[in-house]
Amino acid sequence: MAYAAGVDVGSTQTKAVIIDERRRIVQRSLIDTGANVTMAAENAFRQAVELAGIGEQEVEFVIGTGYGRYKVTFGNKQVTEISCHGRGAVHMFPKTRTVLDMGGQDSKAIRVNDKGEIIDFCMNDKCAAGTGRFLGAAAVTLDIPLDNLGPTALLAQRSVRISTTCTVFAESEILSWLGKGKKVEDILWGVHQSIASRSTGLLKRVGVEDEVSFTGGVAKNTGMVKALEESLQHRVNISEDSHYMGALGAALFAMDHIIASRKPHAKEAV
Amino acid sequence: MSETLSNDTIVGRGARDGADLFRNWFGELSDAAETGRPSAYVFVMGSLNEILKSFDFPVVFPEINSLQTAVRRISGEYLTEAEDYGYSPDICGYVKADVAVQLRGGKHPMGTIPKPSMAVLTNACNTYIKWAEIWERMYNIPIVTIDVPGTRGKKAARAQNDSHFENDRKYVLAQLKELISVCEKVSGKKFDIDRFRETLKYANDMSRAWKEILLCNESRPSVFNALTDGTIFLGVANGFRGTREGSCYFKELAEEMRYKVREGIGTLTEEKYRLAFVGVPCYPIFRKFNEYFSLWGGSFVHSTYLWFASGGTNLGFEYDLENPLESLAEGLLVSVRDAMDSMFHQDQALLQMMETYAIEGVVYHPIKSCRTVSTGLADGRKHLLAERDVATLFLESDMMDKRVVSEAQMKNRIDAFFEGLASRRTIAAAQL
Repeated sequence: MAYAAGVDVGSTQTKAVIIDERRRIVQRSLIDTGANVTMAAENAFRQAVELAGIGEQEVEFVIGTGYGRYKVTFGNKQVTEISCHGRGAVHMFPKTRTVLDMGGQDSKAIRVNDKGEIIDFCMNDKCAAGTGRFLGAAAVTLDIPLDNLGPTALLAQRSVRISTTCTVFAESEILSWLGKGKKVEDILWGVHQSIASRSTGLLKRVGVEDEVSFTGGVAKNTGMVKALEESLQHRVNISEDSHYMGALGAALFAMDHIIASRKPHAKEAV
Repeated sequence: MSETLSNDTIVGRGARDGADLFRNWFGELSDAAETGRPSAYVFVMGSLNEILKSFDFPVVFPEINSLQTAVRRISGEYLTEAEDYGYSPDICGYVKADVAVQLRGGKHPMGTIPKPSMAVLTNACNTYIKWAEIWERMYNIPIVTIDVPGTRGKKAARAQNDSHFENDRKYVLAQLKELISVCEKVSGKKFDIDRFRETLKYANDMSRAWKEILLCNESRPSVFNALTDGTIFLGVANGFRGTREGSCYFKELAEEMRYKVREGIGTLTEEKYRLAFVGVPCYPIFRKFNEYFSLWGGSFVHSTYLWFASGGTNLGFEYDLENPLESLAEGLLVSVRDAMDSMFHQDQALLQMMETYAIEGVVYHPIKSCRTVSTGLADGRKHLLAERDVATLFLESDMMDKRVVSEAQMKNRIDAFFEGLASRRTIAAAQL
């Protein structure tokens, strides 16, 4: 049995996924990226291998993705996380034609075909508003653990409109609403709506078709899912492995290489 | 002549000779700075070099001076100096680098830039007007602004036979006559119609050759890179328009390109993707920007920059030497309008470009410090996509300011663009 791995080195967290020849997830790992990107990639990979109970040599092909993909020095190839999230999302939800990946520092809308290949994409990589970082800033200001952000926001009775478009200044705006006696959950729901509204704009730029899958770390946030569905007026697919979608896509591309290498005249995958 | 040509003698000649001409040009400017010989400041869209060269003015293109500082990776210090002086970070980087050059008494990496004795501009860029006012305040010099009426609607750009066009031509002609009287006053020379006719003849040679050179990139592989080689060609096209040297250079460049077409000599070892570029290049990382594309086998075969930064001379408009001034008015109107249209209404022209040059992907490059060329690019992209299912890439950075060039994000987008292009090919192949 051959195994393939994908290592997604993100700005805040590094994810590794190992799949088998039937393209099933065998194991996954997640660690904080920190300052040593190469080491983070190696540690995530090793951890996934150990959890899978296989030897490193059994992993025949490794693809690095994410901003730190070129630091996956032990890998065989690099593919952007845009391609990887598209591929992973279609693997999980085959009718997916539009993907929203919301990560720690950027967000991307990706239009894909039935094979998960990119048709078009649009990114917000210039401003942290509309990304996980915006939620992180709100969590710090409101003193709420990240995992509780979504559930707390869902308790909102009346939304508070967050008008700022800047993550840094959002902090001041949140404080001013607290000063006016607004409830934490209402403010938090406003934060979620603000991000959802930006993401909807991004998605509409590539076109919303058929099923929409929401990937990346922020997809774990139930409040964000609801805010996005309301803003988009469209149901979105969420997987337990949404956070690992980039690494999964990379592993799927890696498996393509393993299989292609067995066919003498096969076309090279992406 | 062509039978004596060989790869060693001709391939790369345009780049080498272009660099020599540049050195000569800046040498002349340094001499003018030292001797106090009157010089004229102009811009790339409607320089009117044809008139200025007939008066023997050394001609300064501040836009070219500024981009040179970025290519040499020292624009940061010039920008900072202008900002320290009081100019906002939001102001055009070309303007700020020029302000710093003026504050440094003309000190520039290529030589010394003389102070202006006069300046000529068109309304093709709204910043030109404010920019020239800076020199007016600094040096109390005459500024001649030629108001070139723009296109009235999408399809009117080249309607040369209607009454509006004729009125516009007369309007421009009247302004050219005013320019000539200013030139006479500043230079102390009388306008010489025969000398002027000669500059028009040289400009005709250049326009004819430029049009031919651009079309040479129809060939596969493309014979010049529209971004890197194109910028050298543009420099000569602007600085030496209306001169014998410019005429010779472009005739020889056309010869080089014809040779490369004949011999199948391309810019890349393997040209996988033929691309178009929309906007102004990313000069702070000029070579590296191109490498991000060439590493994937992407080659820029054309660019809207080659249209508007050549002042629209890509059209190959040739002056009627029997009616020189009237013809210059018409040429200016046609060319500057085209330059403006290639910034503001480039979608239709891009569709044509894609057909002619077999282009697979279009790269849009809106830049922070030039709203003139950047405003509307997102809409232009939308219009293009409504007409054609083509891969496009939107990269936001700057032509001067490294502080707003995020290479990691840029490379990520470029890599994903090529992965998408590869997917498109796979899909197209599967549908055959």
